[in-house]
Amino acid sequence: MTKKKDFSKATPWLSAIGLFVFWELIVRIFNIPVYVLPTPSESIIVGWEFRAAIWMHAMQTLYTTLAGFAIAVVFGVVLGALVGSSKAIYDAANPLLVGFNSVPKVALVPVLVMWFGIGTAPAIITAFLISFFPIVVNVATGLATLEPELRDVLRSLGATRTDILFKVGFPRAMPYFFASLKVAITLAFVGSVISETVASNLGVGYLMLSASSKFNMPLVFAGLLVIAVMGIAMYEMFNVIERRSTRWANRANPTS
Amino acid sequence: MSNSFVELNNVRLRYNEGDELALETTNLKINKGEFIAVVGPSGCGKSSLLKLVSGLMPPSEGTVIVDNKEVAGPLKIVGMAFQNPTLLPWRTTLDNVLLPMEIVKPHRNLLRKNRAEYEDRARKLLASVGLEGHEDKYPWELSGGMQQRASLCRSLIHEPDLLMLDEPFAALDAFTREELWDILQNLWMVRPFTVILVTHDLREAAYLADTIYVMSKRPGKIIAERENTLPRPRDQETTFTQPFTDLVHDLRNHIRNVRAA
Repeated sequence: MTKKKDFSKATPWLSAIGLFVFWELIVRIFNIPVYVLPTPSESIIVGWEFRAAIWMHAMQTLYTTLAGFAIAVVFGVVLGALVGSSKAIYDAANPLLVGFNSVPKVALVPVLVMWFGIGTAPAIITAFLISFFPIVVNVATGLATLEPELRDVLRSLGATRTDILFKVGFPRAMPYFFASLKVAITLAFVGSVISETVASNLGVGYLMLSASSKFNMPLVFAGLLVIAVMGIAMYEMFNVIERRSTRWANRANPTS
Repeated sequence: MSNSFVELNNVRLRYNEGDELALETTNLKINKGEFIAVVGPSGCGKSSLLKLVSGLMPPSEGTVIVDNKEVAGPLKIVGMAFQNPTLLPWRTTLDNVLLPMEIVKPHRNLLRKNRAEYEDRARKLLASVGLEGHEDKYPWELSGGMQQRASLCRSLIHEPDLLMLDEPFAALDAFTREELWDILQNLWMVRPFTVILVTHDLREAAYLADTIYVMSKRPGKIIAERENTLPRPRDQETTFTQPFTDLVHDLRNHIRNVRAA
């Protein structure tokens, strides 16, 4: 049994290595020129050469992403609580939210630049704008799907709306909330990198844009890899937090 | 002033204005400490009756009076249990049972100070339904019957004067169900509270209730009332006696008639 378990822990690494080997082979076999698609090994080597610059830009991207994400969490929870606990607010807010979420956020960056200038501010705001929607929807869903019987039990004990929200609503919405964080953090990276690409002289997005203008494709791909790694790390972090704090919702494997 | 604890006077119910009646003119009187059962075909408005009495739903016409006061909003001291135990999965059994103490006044303000005393009360109650040693387990670690017992404890921990049961044992197997009849009967005999039990199990009604009301199909209407004078405590043997069988038989005939109508 233990052997099997060890293998299951290794599978994500094996699949990643497999993908890199496959990519390396394709490029070499078909002799693809480096300005079209560099090999992963070239990307990693170039990435290492530029490690100081990459580190600085990556920290900037991480900072704008997490700042935008943090605002999205606060805003998303508050709005989700409002939307989820009142039918009237739900009806009023839903079309606006859906409409807003359908607007490509890259189209908003020029507007944000007009308002806030280039650099950090539009990156944070774009990360926020792109990542709050799943949080709102999930928190609202978690609150709105409360069993009517349970609501009756509480109301017939004299519970106020706030009582119901804090005793049952929020704890019950926790698994939905954490699931949305995993989606939201990866979206926040999309938002900050988009903004950096369009309007910044800092961050991985800017690094990739400037590298591609110099035809340094290995560095572009090194930037992509760095974003992917940061995304995976953040996703995994929220995955662990989710499992720890809502163990009751994953009772199929209570030991995990 | 009347001596009845719950009174329905010419109550009618429509879910929405203009809808057909869900509950036809209903008059009902329940004494303090009386155990009544309401039986009827499914969809006849039995559950609506509970919601009316507990104030979760206002009547379209007529008045509902509980404890000499007209019901205007949700009553604040009612215990309730449903077919679905609705325990909170993130709380242990003990904490689930203590939930009403965090909500009902004045307990909610005393909970911090009297925590030990309330916990003790909850443990005693859990022990009385046979859940001793399961206090710290989570609901998903309990069987369906055990969850239903915990749900029953939750509905009684704050010592309500009125207990509403909406087919609480319907999802259990026959043996567990009959075990829980005894548990409920015991709890009620120790501290008589007023019970309204909604069920479609005629034997359950005959086993537990003092008075049994039969409802017609929608629009619901009480079409028969049976006093049940079988001596208490009733036990398994009671269910094999002639008066018990006669009562169930009589109820069954009424149900057959309303279903055919």
